[in-house]
Amino acid sequence: MNFVLLFTMIVASLLLVFAGMLVARLISPRTHNKQKGEAYECGIPTQGETWVHFRAGYYLFAILFLMFDIETVFLFPWATIVKDLGMSALLGVLFFLFILILGLAYAWRKKALEWK
Amino acid sequence: MFDFSTITTAIDQFLRDIMPSQAALLVECVLVALCAVLAYVMFAIVMIFMERKVCAAFQCRLGPMRVGPWGLLQVFADVFKMLIKEIISINNSDKVLYNLAPYLVVMSSVLTFCCLPFGEGLLVLDFNIGIFFIMAASSFGVLGILLAGWSSNNKFSMIGAVRSGAQMISYELSIGICLLTIVVMSGTMQISELVEAQRDGWFIFKGHLPAVIAFIIYLIAGNAETNRAPFDLPEAESELTAGFHTEYSGMHFGFFYVAEFMNLFIVAGIASTLFLGGWMPLHISGFDSFNTIMDYIPGVIWFLGKTFFVIWVLMWIRWTFPRLRIDQVVSLEWKYLVPIGLLNLLIMTLCVVMGWIF
Repeated sequence: MNFVLLFTMIVASLLLVFAGMLVARLISPRTHNKQKGEAYECGIPTQGETWVHFRAGYYLFAILFLMFDIETVFLFPWATIVKDLGMSALLGVLFFLFILILGLAYAWRKKALEWK
Repeated sequence: MFDFSTITTAIDQFLRDIMPSQAALLVECVLVALCAVLAYVMFAIVMIFMERKVCAAFQCRLGPMRVGPWGLLQVFADVFKMLIKEIISINNSDKVLYNLAPYLVVMSSVLTFCCLPFGEGLLVLDFNIGIFFIMAASSFGVLGILLAGWSSNNKFSMIGAVRSGAQMISYELSIGICLLTIVVMSGTMQISELVEAQRDGWFIFKGHLPAVIAFIIYLIAGNAETNRAPFDLPEAESELTAGFHTEYSGMHFGFFYVAEFMNLFIVAGIASTLFLGGWMPLHISGFDSFNTIMDYIPGVIWFLGKTFFVIWVLMWIRWTFPRLRIDQVVSLEWKYLVPIGLLNLLIMTLCVVMGWIF
């Protein structure tokens, strides 16, 4: 039943946007103007290419995020059974987190967390 | 406590009596979708009105006062105005991605909205991996924002989108760790069970120190997730015009606006579900008469009250603090919140293992 509802809500959310856009397109005016198609940016005519280079720093954070996010995925099943496992859960996760924090410490030491 | 599942079961029974079960299922799905989407839109309107009034209060103004009593109809007028504005399609944009972006953003926030427990039996999606599903669904939104910035042929939009992506994925980590802390304590991921476990005390009281730390980290990270000040770098209007949705106009922009406000509502709703007891009333053991009075207040009002309290706190933060720089944003996340969150997770595990929680 839950998956039927999930599917329903996905369709409903898509329909919401679709219906909104449809109504807006039907009742809004449409005029053509040569200037209108240009990128607004900050109000003055655009200079140069749009898809420019941007900082590699973003990429670095994406990689770090990947590492920690997968860790979160691994920890969720563990988190549900901590109560049953008792002390061994704590020791096991200590070891796991130790390796992980080592990675963070390495990135920190290598100045990957600085924004220069 | 009034259980809403009696109403839904009655409707289900009635529909099954008058038509075959397949048709009944279809009608039910349509009903659920209609109610959820209507609630979504209504809450967005309430939120927009609240934001304008709270902002005005913090700046010693009155806010919207002309349209309707106390400006109550202002937001409806704005929605109507947005509907009749022209939708401009710009040259050289990636048309498919440009039009796809609002769909993704709205879909992610609608799916997360459906996981909020408004009352007993009053939530749409109740998976046994509820919290995990919330994290998965809410991370869809980043995709929409990245697409919007990338496809709109505008340097500022792209910078805004990339900043937003970096910020949102970073702070998602802290949110994940805070949710993990609560899952360790409760031992379940299902939303209804989580609320049920708070019948004899909200998690923020049960989990004392680690839960309070997790709550504070969650509020900071949640504020960053919604791209609001002091974390509004992605749409810093003095630097980037409007960030990733600069090139969107009319209703196209309207959906980004709605999704942004609903994300704030969702962040506050999850905070009130996981830390402040969801639709559970406030009970103080020993004060029986006080507890009985609290029980008379319906669960929906408890939930909305807590949620709007958290929203008010977040708006207070938004209108008080100046914007952070990007290096401050990333160092706050990676050098403070993540290590503190991991340590807090270990403390919580220790408390659970030693039986130090109430």
